[in-house]
Amino acid sequence: MLEIRDLHARIGTTEILNGITLSVNAGEVHAIMGPNGSGKSTLAQVLAGRDTYEVTNGSVLYNGKDLLDMDPEERAREGLFLAFQYPVEIPGVSNTYFLKSALNAIRKHRGLDDLDAVEFLQLVKEKMRLVQLDETLLSRPVNEGFSGGEKKRNEIFHMAVLEPKLAILDETDSGLDIDALRIVADGVNKLRRKDNAVIVVTHYQRLLNYIVPDFVHVMVDGHIAKSGGKELALTLEERGYDWLKEDVEPMSVHA
Amino acid sequence: MKTVKAIHQPGEWYKSRFDAFERSLNGDSKTALHELRREAIGRFQETGFPTNRNEEWKFTNVSPIAQIGFEPVLRYAGEGVTLEQFDPLALPGAHRLVFVNGFFSKPLSSTSALPEGIQCGSLASAVRSSHEGVGKYLGKLVKFDETPFVLLNTAFLLDGAFLFIPDNIVLEEPIQFLFLATGDAPALITPRNLVVIGNRSQATIVESYGFTQSRQYLTNVVTEMYLGEGAVVEHDKLQHESTSAYHVAMMQVNLSGHSTLTSNSIALGGSIARNNITTILDGEGIECTLNGLSLGTGSQLIDNHTTIDHAKPHCESHQLYKAILDGSSRGVFNGKIFVRQDAQKTDAKQTNKTLLLSDDATMDTKPQLEIFADDVKCTHGATIGQLDAEQIFYLRSRGIDESKARDILTFAFASDVVRRVHHEALRDRLEILVHERLSGGRAIGD
Ligand SMILES: Nc1ncnc2c1ncn2[C@@H]1O[C@H](COP(=O)(O)OP(=O)(O)OP(=O)(O)O)[C@@H](O)[C@H]1O
Ligand SMILES: [Mg+2]
Repeated sequence: MLEIRDLHARIGTTEILNGITLSVNAGEVHAIMGPNGSGKSTLAQVLAGRDTYEVTNGSVLYNGKDLLDMDPEERAREGLFLAFQYPVEIPGVSNTYFLKSALNAIRKHRGLDDLDAVEFLQLVKEKMRLVQLDETLLSRPVNEGFSGGEKKRNEIFHMAVLEPKLAILDETDSGLDIDALRIVADGVNKLRRKDNAVIVVTHYQRLLNYIVPDFVHVMVDGHIAKSGGKELALTLEERGYDWLKEDVEPMSVHA
Repeated sequence: MKTVKAIHQPGEWYKSRFDAFERSLNGDSKTALHELRREAIGRFQETGFPTNRNEEWKFTNVSPIAQIGFEPVLRYAGEGVTLEQFDPLALPGAHRLVFVNGFFSKPLSSTSALPEGIQCGSLASAVRSSHEGVGKYLGKLVKFDETPFVLLNTAFLLDGAFLFIPDNIVLEEPIQFLFLATGDAPALITPRNLVVIGNRSQATIVESYGFTQSRQYLTNVVTEMYLGEGAVVEHDKLQHESTSAYHVAMMQVNLSGHSTLTSNSIALGGSIARNNITTILDGEGIECTLNGLSLGTGSQLIDNHTTIDHAKPHCESHQLYKAILDGSSRGVFNGKIFVRQDAQKTDAKQTNKTLLLSDDATMDTKPQLEIFADDVKCTHGATIGQLDAEQIFYLRSRGIDESKARDILTFAFASDVVRRVHHEALRDRLEILVHERLSGGRAIGD
């Protein structure tokens, strides 16, 4: 589904991604962990099409297509979804209006008709139950004045409505209370199917008890320093990241 | 279209038009009102139009107006005019006064549903019947020589809206003053409005400007408004003149104690549009809110000048003026706040926000706070910027294309002002007009 090869990206003259190679197949869940500032969000944003980052090398194939050649909206319409680490507030635009515009744009791309008001409301109600989102958040402007946890739930709610093929969740667990964590994880698990895939970026092994990953990758200094199965997360919990940093030092000298 | 006459000496030009007008008056030229007109034209002859050397007109060059020999409209010529020509300006359900080129149109107006005791009609007939409100307030609130445009308006003061609401009347439906510009002559249209709201009375006044032909004309309007003790007034202005026309408006509101004024002013039209609002807070416990939205495109210049004069203690004023400027349009906001020595515990807040949609659009903003009292809270802030890249990306990353994302965010910026209009049907119409303007005819949101 997703083939990232030797991806390099920078902002200004600062290199942030230094050669990421990663394959994600349909039906899989990948977790990406790693210290603050190692480039996890950058990778997520580059995949979603944020143009403040300049891709200087490498390629990304998404379902056989050149992902880097697509506009952000095209990626979304092809089924890519990013749950932001820091969802932005959009004063003056109601959450429902925004979601309806997004959903209908995606449906149109898939050759489907717009949902009418009644159908849309039905869908929204159903998905809200799934993530137990407070109904008042629907009519409020997108994320404006939402608490940290509400913003994260809202991201998952959007995901549930838009039904992506590849979802990238950037620290969606941060700032959630224990109940919310389980709700969000349940939401993700309900959407898990053999024809879609999830990448979860997280700092906490705890989330991975709920969303059990097939692979865990550790990102350090803009590349993947180690990959393994779900037990790698436990090792990290125990040992931290330092042992990996030393591991990669000689490699960066070569580069 | 008739050819536009170029002139070099506006003072002489308008004096010659005035003389012709005076000759047509015959016996009516002995009235007090005509004395006022005569004094005004005399002063205008001396001043002419303001130049950029005048601080009040520093950013707004009116020389294009000064160079055109506008022909003052002296009588009603509204035969054949229908409200449909001005769709969707006429507000359904509203009491309505309609003016064609500044003159009252009885057939297009409808005021029969107004409660007993309210005077609502043409200023000309209020003058003829010597209504008490005319003697007491006309020409008494707005300083006659406030600007040369007030002089010019006063020189040709003939008609306009007259509204007199006695004490203790609450009007549910709004009263609309609808000003229609029609015909192909380069007309000087000089409506003069007088509004008196009695103690504890409540009303919504909608002031709308529309046109049939895109052409050069000048609307030079002066509005005087008086709010009694505890009166509550919402004033919504929609300036939708031709983008080839000129619109210069001066409104002054004198507020008595515990009254509330909310003014929402939306400016879409005009090659040059200048809107002055002055409020005098002449009592305690007054709440004065002035909001404005300017949408500039092409080479339009839209200028808002506000003055809030806190004369007494314990009053609040709030201002939110927003502008969205595209093309090579220009915006001006000048917000003066006076807090007199007496006006302790004043709470005054002023915000000016501008969204520039193109590299060639410009905004000049200038707060002017003059505070003579010590125990007051006054804040002001101005921002000028583009759409937020992170917000655009967020929308696009959910599948919304870039141009629609921009439309959505731009409209959200504008709706921050439009949503403050209380009357639902009016608000809906304003939203549609703003939508249309911002999307350049494309539909947003469906
Ligand atoms: N716009 C930017 N300008 C300058 N530096 C940036 C910018 N965006 C990211 N960086 C830098 O790139 C590096 C990687 O940031 P990124 O947000 O990808 O880290 P992260 O792994 O997601 O960290 P965290 O776990 O704290 O979320 C950091 O050093 C960050 O400061
Ligand atoms: Mg991050």
